[in-house]
Amino acid sequence: MNIAPKTAFVFSRRHLLGIEGLSEEEITGLLDLAEEFVELNRQIEKKRASLRGRTQINLFFESSTRTQSSFELAGKRLGADVMNMSVSSSAMRKGETLIDTAVTLNAMHPDILVVRHQSSGAVELLARKVDGSVINAGDGAHEHPTQALLDALTIRRNKGRIEGLTVAICGDILHSRVARSNIILLNTLGARVRVVAPSTLLPPSVERMGVEVFRDMREGLADADIVMMLRLQRERMNGSFVPSSQEYFHYYGLDAKKLAYARPDALVMHPGPMNRGVEIDSAIADGAQSLIREQVEMGVAVRMAVLEALSRNLPNA
Amino acid sequence: MLSDRRPILLTNARIVDPSRDLDFPGDLLIADGVVRDAKQGIRASGVPEGTEVVDCKGRLVAPGLIDIRAFIGEPGAEYRETLATASQAAAAGGVTTVVCQPDTNPVIDDPAIVDFVLRRARDTAIVHVHPMGALTKGLAGQEMAEIGLLKAAGAVAFTDGARSVTNAQVMRRVLTYANDFDAVIVHQTEDPDLVGDGVMNEGEFAARLGLHGIPTAAETVMLERDVRLVALTGARYHAASITCGESLEVLRRAKDRGLPVSASASINHLTLNEVDIASYRTFFKVAPPLRAEEDRIALVRALADGLLDVVMSDHNPQDVETKRLPFAEAAPGAIGIETMFAAGLRLVHAGDLRLPTLLRAVSTRPAELLGLPGGSLKPGSPADVIVADLESPWVLDPDTLKSKCKNTPFDEAQLQGRVTRTIVAGRTVYEYVSG
Repeated sequence: MNIAPKTAFVFSRRHLLGIEGLSEEEITGLLDLAEEFVELNRQIEKKRASLRGRTQINLFFESSTRTQSSFELAGKRLGADVMNMSVSSSAMRKGETLIDTAVTLNAMHPDILVVRHQSSGAVELLARKVDGSVINAGDGAHEHPTQALLDALTIRRNKGRIEGLTVAICGDILHSRVARSNIILLNTLGARVRVVAPSTLLPPSVERMGVEVFRDMREGLADADIVMMLRLQRERMNGSFVPSSQEYFHYYGLDAKKLAYARPDALVMHPGPMNRGVEIDSAIADGAQSLIREQVEMGVAVRMAVLEALSRNLPNA
Repeated sequence: MLSDRRPILLTNARIVDPSRDLDFPGDLLIADGVVRDAKQGIRASGVPEGTEVVDCKGRLVAPGLIDIRAFIGEPGAEYRETLATASQAAAAGGVTTVVCQPDTNPVIDDPAIVDFVLRRARDTAIVHVHPMGALTKGLAGQEMAEIGLLKAAGAVAFTDGARSVTNAQVMRRVLTYANDFDAVIVHQTEDPDLVGDGVMNEGEFAARLGLHGIPTAAETVMLERDVRLVALTGARYHAASITCGESLEVLRRAKDRGLPVSASASINHLTLNEVDIASYRTFFKVAPPLRAEEDRIALVRALADGLLDVVMSDHNPQDVETKRLPFAEAAPGAIGIETMFAAGLRLVHAGDLRLPTLLRAVSTRPAELLGLPGGSLKPGSPADVIVADLESPWVLDPDTLKSKCKNTPFDEAQLQGRVTRTIVAGRTVYEYVSG
């Protein structure tokens, strides 16, 4: 049961707070490790014992279904005791500060804290107050490193490489932590990154982040290898950032017509949950070029790889 | 005869084409809905058979007027004005293209309404009509309208009509979004909080009349804000109705910085002032209000030196029910589409403005700013052309006006010069027959 992984990769960090600052070797190392877990997860016996005895707390200040369950499954498959805490409905309501919550939890000696918070920078702040390892499961509009890693793994498995690919990230870049982590990761691995969005959904000076900026979807998708769609939150599509979901779909929704501008072998991704008919047409989401379901599968493997890599640095490991 | 589409040769004319800085005695040939030629002595080189030859006897021949700010009641207030009646008034005033405003009922904030207006205009109007689309849904100033889809449906610019968007964040986002679609934002710059209960220009005259005043700052504060948002977003912006000297300073600074900013003034603010209100005459109640004489003079100078881009009618039909009221309670607005040209000639006759400058501001410049056909007599241009007598004096009788409402501030005014023939797409749609 407790077979040592083949990849003897050393990830000499205590936390995974973002993609920013990771080297190409570190990213590739995590992806290679994740490949092994992809195989493991497809077997009947999916368990390893690398985290046996360890406590993993999933601390979610913002509700999440897929990321939280993915981390939960990843931890359990590695043998950790996993506890889920949804804070939005408990302590914070009673006025406890983020740091109070961190200090309280720390007193319970968790080895790994998986944290999602609605404010950019909150996970890093929390990481400074605890003794275990912290994994950022999404902080505000800042970073979502495991999403970028699972996207990279999905791309690499389907295209055989990342370097030299043209990746168009489309939609609400402004509010997206997924976009930021992906922009950094894909640039680090040598992809050409484009962002495609109406100006109201682009952060000012986004071109300084190493991307080519397009306001016209057809131009932005021209000859792209990967089309990465982002979710547009409902409260942003009714006149505040874009006029309406109809107009958004007309100009920025991915349908067969717009996808035809990309390379014929282009693949489509979406971090989920999708707004069908707003940012993506159902026929595309469920079509032959879609990698969306595979992304979910890769999510568990990547999170196992991250947990495994960090656990090797834990005290008494 | 009005539907005749024979070629037309206008001979013996003073041809002024502001799009090419031309002003010369000559002839103009129209055929197949376009200007074929404009030069001296066309007759000699032969014209198509059946051409209607008109001896202009030295009268002006110029591009038809393009009025970019007219409030029309269709749909929703057809008792005030329909596209048909507005177009007849326009034709009589030499206006060959009307840009109607979105504050109809329902508001033009849906592509289907743009389509409705365009189809109604095609079926009932005798001049070209283009709608502006709403800037925000329901003109409520909160949520941006479907600028992309409205533009694709045929909206030529975006405005909340007589309303200002007070929320700067909304304005910023709308400008940012509109810029992606290369859409022009036209904005009434009047801070409603500073307008408050005001009904006329703030100052001595309002004080004497016992009416609440509206400071010019209500306009400059909003214009200044907008200019800064244009600098932030790079969007094409047009100030809908400038009324005072201080706004012109803001405009000049914006233009000196190279910002994509332009501005209109209404014919009312260029030819009338607050004193015309006299004893509470509600036909002189307009929004923004008529200002002081110094402001009017400043506007005319700005028009003469090109700082001010466009002269528009601000045509706003109001019936007796909304005008025959105490001044403060009366609705603002004046009709003007039919009298804009004759009123503008006052400035020319007074020596304050050159004729080609006036013509540029009512034809070439609005066409350029909104990307409309017309505004030129270049061969190949649409045959939207006026013939005008610049000299004959006349007195305006409101009963002869084509508009459904008669709320004209030029009631019984003495005017000099008028449009005698209006040609739209090569067809004569109006001819003045002297009594």
